[in-house]
Amino acid sequence: MKDVVVVGAGPAGCSVAKELAEEGYDVVVYEKRQEIGAPKRCGEGLSSSAVDNLGLDIPEYCRMQSMDGALVYSPNGDSVRIHSDETVGWILERKTFDKWIHSDETVGWILERKTFDKWMAERAAKAGAKVRAKAKVVDLLPENRGVVVEIEGERKKVESRMVIAAGGVESLIAKKTEVKDQSDLEVVDSGYQYEMVNLDLKDENKLELYFGDEVAPRGYVWVFPKGENKANVGIGIAGDLDETAKHYLDRFIENNERFSKASIVEVNSGMIPVGGLLENMVADNFMAVGDAANQVNPIHGGGIREGIKAGQIASEVASRALEKDDTTKEELEIYNHMWWEERGKSLRKVEKLREVLEDLDDEDLNYLAKKLDGQDLMDFTQGKRLSKLGKLLLKRPKMIKSARKLL
Amino acid sequence: MSWEINRDRCLRCGGCVAVCPTQALELTENGVIVDEEKCIECGNCEKVCPVGAITVGDDE
Repeated sequence: MKDVVVVGAGPAGCSVAKELAEEGYDVVVYEKRQEIGAPKRCGEGLSSSAVDNLGLDIPEYCRMQSMDGALVYSPNGDSVRIHSDETVGWILERKTFDKWIHSDETVGWILERKTFDKWMAERAAKAGAKVRAKAKVVDLLPENRGVVVEIEGERKKVESRMVIAAGGVESLIAKKTEVKDQSDLEVVDSGYQYEMVNLDLKDENKLELYFGDEVAPRGYVWVFPKGENKANVGIGIAGDLDETAKHYLDRFIENNERFSKASIVEVNSGMIPVGGLLENMVADNFMAVGDAANQVNPIHGGGIREGIKAGQIASEVASRALEKDDTTKEELEIYNHMWWEERGKSLRKVEKLREVLEDLDDEDLNYLAKKLDGQDLMDFTQGKRLSKLGKLLLKRPKMIKSARKLL
Repeated sequence: MSWEINRDRCLRCGGCVAVCPTQALELTENGVIVDEEKCIECGNCEKVCPVGAITVGDDE
């Protein structure tokens, strides 16, 4: 009997597998795709602070381009001219904005998920975990004591002391337990992306973000440079719209002259759980991590950091539980407490921030711009110091209700 | 029962599987398949599909 079966070899699954294997547990990781890391469903951005916090020593070959800031473009309003090349005005004057988000240091990286995910899997394997691609887990054994896995058309039972679901947003395994029932379309975003080459990029070291109801309702368009005029050009929008994510992204690209010479070398799509954080992520002999547990930053949709962090926390709890030979729900609930303390509380605040931002107009944003700096913005997206924003909004009569959410 | 998928459009991302309240959908090697017994035609999959590959209901 194995100690742990991990379902899914993305960053979350490989993170938990590596830690547990290092503790000496017998761990197997099954990945249904034939290639770990591909096809990606991701813009591939990861901040430097996340890299530091996670203690990752990401090799050069997985890091495509360093980022030193972001260019953020205006939401709806008179300044938006999506049909011209000069497109969009800044949310604020450019001068103010550069102050906001430009840094002399590297603030993040655009990764290559194909190599990054494999590197994560390699770390897990080197630590002693057994990783298997093109192995599809089709069912849980009774009491979550193992799985039924299908490899090359043959199904076999693999018994284990516990199962950890890390199978991404569509994780059927998480749905089979009491952990996750259905997804509410209010809290899911629909994502679509092209990897493009021969692009006319504004700045090779800056993320470009485009907001606005016309461009990307309840979401944004991103251009994440990957070096040498290559970039992920993608969109995440509300999951319950009449038009598709592809429709909005194609329109954005058609209306931008600077994409006219670009070529598409890869097409990606996916669904992003941008809310619906789970109070409970465990059952008897069972835990869920990463997208399978909706662990995503609700403001930017990033999930790499959350998945790896959750994997680290889950491994700590699982290790203790296995050592005590008590992997009941009651024991594993420590993971809920630890995750909510470490990540959930901030992410819940970020969720509130998202709700408030949806109510702001350009005038509000311009007002805020004068009062805030880059550090404030970085902190807000991590759910920190939101009361500063709340206090500023209290001075805007129509924003008082929203402001209270942040105080 | 009417659930149709355009397999030329489908990118096999599994977004539809994630939002299915009755676990009627499954992502296979050949794309998404539906279990007609379980499907309640709620339309979640059609709405969330990033490429508009799914049609649910009797509209056509």
